[in-house]
Amino acid sequence: MKKTEVSFTVNGETHKVNVETNALLLNVLRDDLGLTGPKYGCGTGQCGGCTVLVNGEPVLSCLTLAVAVDRADIVTIEGLSKPDGSLDLIQEAFLDHGAIQCGFCTPGMVILAKDLLKRKAHPSETEIREHIVGNICRCTGYVSIVKAIKSCRKKP
Amino acid sequence: MNEMEYARPKSLKEMDRIVGAAKRPVKFIAGGTNVIPDIRAGALSSKLLVDLSGLKELNFVKEEKNEIAIGALTTISNIAASRVIREKAPLLFYAAGQLGSPLTRNRATIGGNLAYASPAADTAPPLLALEAVVHTRRRLGRERKIPIDRFFLGPNKTRLAKDEIITKITFSKPKDPSKGSYLKLGLRNAMTISVLSIAVLLETNGNVCRKARIALGAVAPTPMRAYRIEKKFAGRAIDRKNIEESSLLIAEEISPISDIRASAEYRKRVTSVLFQRAIQEASRGGKP
Repeated sequence: MKKTEVSFTVNGETHKVNVETNALLLNVLRDDLGLTGPKYGCGTGQCGGCTVLVNGEPVLSCLTLAVAVDRADIVTIEGLSKPDGSLDLIQEAFLDHGAIQCGFCTPGMVILAKDLLKRKAHPSETEIREHIVGNICRCTGYVSIVKAIKSCRKKP
Repeated sequence: MNEMEYARPKSLKEMDRIVGAAKRPVKFIAGGTNVIPDIRAGALSSKLLVDLSGLKELNFVKEEKNEIAIGALTTISNIAASRVIREKAPLLFYAAGQLGSPLTRNRATIGGNLAYASPAADTAPPLLALEAVVHTRRRLGRERKIPIDRFFLGPNKTRLAKDEIITKITFSKPKDPSKGSYLKLGLRNAMTISVLSIAVLLETNGNVCRKARIALGAVAPTPMRAYRIEKKFAGRAIDRKNIEESSLLIAEEISPISDIRASAEYRKRVTSVLFQRAIQEASRGGKP
């Protein structure tokens, strides 16, 4: 199949990749750029494991064509920790609350948590649960994840 | 998934040029939340995928004196966050908030939801109840308006021609937007295709209903209006007797199928139940 050169920024670095027309952003990130943070969970947009930020918005990279994000600004979970390697507040909270078991849902959960807290400093538990409703966890039962996110809220 | 081609016009003029020069069948894509799973199922090899997401001029929510206009490329997230929609068309606001999940809503568009024409399309019952008009455009600027109750022809089939896109959806501002309700029944709390969805919009004078608009999803080959039930309310009181009688009749108005989500029999029963709740909620003035 014909290949197209696309260029986008990922976690602050610009990359030029030759991709097939039907290549999914998820696979390009994982296979071409070695960023295995976003996960292939279901491939149909239902589990949220492939969540990344495109131009600041959380989207499903398994439902995004690489050719469609030419010149976009992409952030994966790898881009959330600081350049010196220290962790974002939310990542620390997940560790402190035992909100990570197998870790498969974690990148998506953390990205959605960060997105929520950027929009609303003190979301209710309902709002937290509704915001992560597109991210499935098979291990934790969500309780520890919700607690971790709650602990990152600014005091009202 | 082979030999598919891709183009992303930055303007309607460029889109015309691309579609006009296309040597293979064209498939339009907006948010991609339905089209990409289709691509992966091999349904679109040998087509030209024309990505409309660059047409920023079709992404808007505008309130005018008597009507509201929503651009076809407006994402469901934007609709679910729009103050104008929340205040002036809460029916659509609630439906938008229950489509998929926050992740799909960030990409899914109202035009795409209608064009894909699932019988369970989430924005369809509210737009039917609002008596919306679908504005379309073909190559070389040929435009037309299609009333939404004439837009759907069957499962995943609409009146759109192969080179025709939706540009915007308009509807008159309801007289009393609060007298509406939207209920969606699914097998889980989110990211679920409706087993049944119902939208009700009433115009009342005290306890008398001047006009009722009742729309249903997932219980017929297309989203539909229950015109015969609406007539039973016109000019009459919204009382227990009327509601009970209509809840039995509405099961005869629909033509659901049995599928992996629910049986036809269950859909008929649950339509009667949710219809009662929807009418009661609408006449009380919607959600608290």
